[in-house]
Amino acid sequence: MCDTCGCSITPGNRATAVATQAVPVLEGLLAENDRLAAHNREHFARHGVLAVNLMSSPGSGKTLLLEATVEALRGELACAVLVGDLATDNDARRIAAHGVPAVQIGTGQACHLDAHMVHDALHGMDLSGIDILFIENVGNLVCPASFDLGQHHNVVLLSVTEGDDKPAKYPVMFRAADLVLISKADLLPLMEDFDPARAEGYLRDLASQAPMLTLSARRGEGMAAWLDGLRAQHAALRRPRPAAARPHFGVLRA
Amino acid sequence: MHELSIVRALLRQVGRVAGAHGGGPVRRVTVRLGPLSGVEPALLAQAFPKACAGTAAAGAELVIESVPVRVQCRACGHVDEAAPNRLRCPACGCAETVLVGGDELLLVSVDLEGRLNV
Repeated sequence: MCDTCGCSITPGNRATAVATQAVPVLEGLLAENDRLAAHNREHFARHGVLAVNLMSSPGSGKTLLLEATVEALRGELACAVLVGDLATDNDARRIAAHGVPAVQIGTGQACHLDAHMVHDALHGMDLSGIDILFIENVGNLVCPASFDLGQHHNVVLLSVTEGDDKPAKYPVMFRAADLVLISKADLLPLMEDFDPARAEGYLRDLASQAPMLTLSARRGEGMAAWLDGLRAQHAALRRPRPAAARPHFGVLRA
Repeated sequence: MHELSIVRALLRQVGRVAGAHGGGPVRRVTVRLGPLSGVEPALLAQAFPKACAGTAAAGAELVIESVPVRVQCRACGHVDEAAPNRLRCPACGCAETVLVGGDELLLVSVDLEGRLNV
């Protein structure tokens, strides 16, 4: 080291002195994922497929909602489902039993789906003739929110057996929602602590304009609005127009 | 715990930057994180050294710049810091705000070791 100024460049090592060079980048850490998500989105667009990403805590009723949805749309809109779980293909088998294509994505230890996993799974699925692809994400209110899969819409379920303050606890997830579904509404009379209005208040605190629907996939109440929303979204996709003019799930609120 | 996936993506990105600039060893990686990025700084810092092993960034220092959540009110125009789960306008209470900061998840810069011509 130089005795005068403390630098590491002395006459002896002058020729090999090293310095650091700061290279500015300013690129999103998920740029790679986002590029593949855009690729997935183009793939969906080519096939005229509406892609809907369902996210929620484990056990909030995503699979049951999908079972009821594909049954209700049978003969009208052709559905297919990608299901992400750490282990088992139980959910894919439940859905396949309704006669719709269902591919299980085993994520192993990964707590979320990413655009690569969806891309790989799409290789095993023929999208021709499919109208709506549902992507049932891994049950988790944290990690899936960070990864774009190429979906057109994020739907977040909040079941009445959970706390109605979930939007305040998981702001990243609920901010990502284009539509929030309060599920298992048939249990609402038993769940005195869950107030849908309070849940909506927490959602609005996130400056979210996402509509909130209350439904029971088991009993059928509230399903009509959800199904009409899907029909409207699918119709809008097949009728190209500027993105800003696309009808939102919000049309259901009337 | 998706921070490991994030770190792996970060390291691929760092590897590309290093490759494009002579491939020198990476000394420092600077990232910018907002509370609404969905990534926990402490977990990212924990995952980084382990994931670095055997890459161009082995032994590199990770610098995390934390930035606050900031919203701009559509109604009154007020810009202010806000809590991650309370994005209403702090001035007028209106819920129609735009996030102007706080969801950053960025690779800011990569410091590479290079030979100094003196």
